[in-house]
Amino acid sequence: MTDVTISLESGRDDSREAGFGDYFALLKPRVMSLVVFTAFAGLIVAPGGVHPFVGFFAILCIAIGGGASGALNMWYDSDIDRVMKRTQSRPIPAGKVTREEALGLGLTLSTFAVVMLWLATNWVAAALLAFTIFFYVVVYTMGLKRRTPQNIVIGGAAGAFPPMIGWAAVTGDITLSSVLMFMLIFMWTPPHFWSLALFMNADYDKARVPMLTVTHGKRATRNHILVYTILLAGFSAAMFATPLAGWSYLVVAVVMNALFVKGAIALWRRDEAVAEADGYRAEKAFFKLSLAYTFLHFMALMVDKALFSFGFGGPF
Amino acid sequence: MAITKLHEIHDRRRSRNVGLGLVLGAFVVLLMGLTVVKVTVLDPAHFAQEASR
Repeated sequence: MTDVTISLESGRDDSREAGFGDYFALLKPRVMSLVVFTAFAGLIVAPGGVHPFVGFFAILCIAIGGGASGALNMWYDSDIDRVMKRTQSRPIPAGKVTREEALGLGLTLSTFAVVMLWLATNWVAAALLAFTIFFYVVVYTMGLKRRTPQNIVIGGAAGAFPPMIGWAAVTGDITLSSVLMFMLIFMWTPPHFWSLALFMNADYDKARVPMLTVTHGKRATRNHILVYTILLAGFSAAMFATPLAGWSYLVVAVVMNALFVKGAIALWRRDEAVAEADGYRAEKAFFKLSLAYTFLHFMALMVDKALFSFGFGGPF
Repeated sequence: MAITKLHEIHDRRRSRNVGLGLVLGAFVVLLMGLTVVKVTVLDPAHFAQEASR
């Protein structure tokens, strides 16, 4: 059997044969960077400490686990990835990698990441990573994404676990502090994605993904963004009940929540005609602000931890 | 035909073969490093006891 017949059977286009970068793209490197950053923050702010090499290894395992779930997501969602403009150039719809290859890579890396994290750290961190992969692939991708407009809300949990895993890699436990870091990302995910959906509506509509903007309209989405943003501010403030928050966190929390709530109110007050007229300027600005929101919150926690260790300030 | 002659597929798949080789090499180095840290740094007493046998 020649190489050509193999390609015909697998449905792969040999004129666009996959390179190493195409397999790497299956791991969703951009999503992985958020996973790495928040897991790193969880690991740094956890009480006690971990050997730097073990910490590095743990972050690597969490990143690989996150990447593996991305590959499994692309395996399952390849049909809708072909339809949406944003995802048409992914390796499977582009004909570079077959679905079976993505499935194999995803399952192998998932197992590898969980087992190695267990060996390097502890079973709590490994179990959390395994649950995260299960939640993202089975609960979100297979279960919720195509069925309910609340897909983003519940599915957002998968993206919220990394700081908890980083924390557990050091301490081997789950505490109020790590749960609040989880809640920070969990409550942030809906306004973040819904603001994106406000100006990317056509893509989800075409793929028949029940995004809130498609099922309930943009007015309802703007209402939801405001409610979740206010709830998010509450969870951001709740961090002061833990020994993690210091002066840096106070400054970031006050400034970012004020800006975020102000932005959500601005979106809530706008209607479609106004948004279309200015090219969704406020929606795009809110989306960008949401990226800075998470980044600065976790940065502040790490800065406070560093300040505490040098004897500056202390938890409230 | 020389036995060392490269098939066209070797050129075509060079990127993924080199990439996989580097990944596997990195894995070996990481596992080695983790073992050294676990044995000598995180559990030195046990390491000394084993070494003295």
